[in-house]
Amino acid sequence: MQPSDANNRPRGSFAVSSRRGFLGQLGIAGLAAAAPPSAGSAEASPAELTEHYIPASAVPVSLRVNGVRHDLRLDPRTTLLDALREHLHLTGTKKGCDHGQCGACTVHIEDRRINSCLCLAVMHDGDQITTIEGLGAPEKLHPMQAAFLASDAYQCGYCTPGQIMSATALMKEPCGPSDAAVKEAMSGNICRCGAYVNILEAIQTVRKAS
Amino acid sequence: MERFGYVRAHDKTEAIALARRAKTAQQGADIRYIAGGTTLVDLMKLDVERPQTLIDITHLPLTQVKAAPSGGVEIGALVRNADLAHHPLIQRDYPVLSEALLSGASAQLRNKATTGGNLLQRTRCMYFRDVAMPCNKREPGSGCGAIMGINRVMAILGGSEHCIATNPSDMNVALAALEAMVHIEGASGHRAIPIADFHLLPGETPQRETVLQPGDLVSHIVLPPAAPGSQSTYLKLRDRASYEFALASAAVVATVDSGHIQRVRIAMGGVGTKPWRFIEAELMLTGMPATTASYKQVAAAALKDARPQSQNGFKVALAQRCLVHALRQATQTV
Repeated sequence: MQPSDANNRPRGSFAVSSRRGFLGQLGIAGLAAAAPPSAGSAEASPAELTEHYIPASAVPVSLRVNGVRHDLRLDPRTTLLDALREHLHLTGTKKGCDHGQCGACTVHIEDRRINSCLCLAVMHDGDQITTIEGLGAPEKLHPMQAAFLASDAYQCGYCTPGQIMSATALMKEPCGPSDAAVKEAMSGNICRCGAYVNILEAIQTVRKAS
Repeated sequence: MERFGYVRAHDKTEAIALARRAKTAQQGADIRYIAGGTTLVDLMKLDVERPQTLIDITHLPLTQVKAAPSGGVEIGALVRNADLAHHPLIQRDYPVLSEALLSGASAQLRNKATTGGNLLQRTRCMYFRDVAMPCNKREPGSGCGAIMGINRVMAILGGSEHCIATNPSDMNVALAALEAMVHIEGASGHRAIPIADFHLLPGETPQRETVLQPGDLVSHIVLPPAAPGSQSTYLKLRDRASYEFALASAAVVATVDSGHIQRVRIAMGGVGTKPWRFIEAELMLTGMPATTASYKQVAAAALKDARPQSQNGFKVALAQRCLVHALRQATQTV
């Protein structure tokens, strides 16, 4: 695996008129005003933890995302979701409620689906993480991605990456064959457009084919 | 979220040595253990919990479910809720625990949340979760917003003039009916506390939710051997079919002999300020015919001390019906 420094990744330029590029430039302007992160260690030794212990503002974290290792320095408050979106620019994973109530941020850690908004990135140092970007590519879709397209299992699409990450994890979990069982297993993914009927159809299509 | 220092604990002794410097016990403390984080990170984002130090205990060897020497089963504090619910030992001997776990949260959260964390899960009271509101649990002395406010989901048993927030855990209800023992490692060694004594009533100190002292670490939970021939059920009633907290729930473990209740354990969720065990109702029901008439009589008696608020009077009838239905379900009474 090739280590990469996500912080050096080029951002959108002013010449390219895109929403994300524009927001990226705002981010750079914002950074200039903020204090630079100070160096610190990931693990304070017991001796360091005194009554006057001052939390280090940035800690080294190594994330293995979609098979690629990324060495980052992160504020310990950084969630896995924010590390993926803001530091690695993997914006397929969505921020919905940011409180573990909607499922838009669902990714796989060591092959299990979790809400990345409730994970502190520093606690997943070295873990294997899979995001929607690691599941398939436009020219080679994962069967679940293809089924969501075929069943028209979305409207606005914002919850879709989370739905698909949940659905692919569900394939390896104990889950009965009935529609009711799938609905229960998918209840952690909310769809405000109400595409549930087609989401269910897409998942059952893949389950029946496998 | 406020800044905090992050420490990864490599063994229990190290973790306890760090955590015992906390000014208060675990919940709301300045030094906090973190495992699944599904409650704690959520509350830190809301500024309800503001630890200065987080001790990551996820690397401690507390991840086993195994047969206990006593004949029961020992559950490590770091066993994930999903793994516990699907464990063959639990599904075979303690299905009520499996059902309770699977009725809670979502598949994603159950993959992350741990046994110890679920045991210490904090209330969903919206006044507790909103720092703009008064809450004696979060800010002792600030008052209870719920008593004169929106209290539809609040407790009808065990409340005080200072707090009427419910314990939200489904797992805790099953553990109460199974008479689990909570094993704790602390600065002064190891001790085991019955689940019934682990959570505290709010009284005048709603900020204290358990018997844990600074540094105390829940290491594991022990379930006594399953009662021979017992049947059980977990019934959860809520505002939507899934991914919602209970308005009323019941865990029942019963043994029926010749049409009569020989032994029964009853606990309920969604109605009490702690996981609520109904010992008087259990004694009353023992020896009675296993009929709906008996269950209705016992359920009415069980809820006689309920003290509903302005908006949750419905919970008294709901809890009674929940209990009757759970007893019928567990004992397969038509």
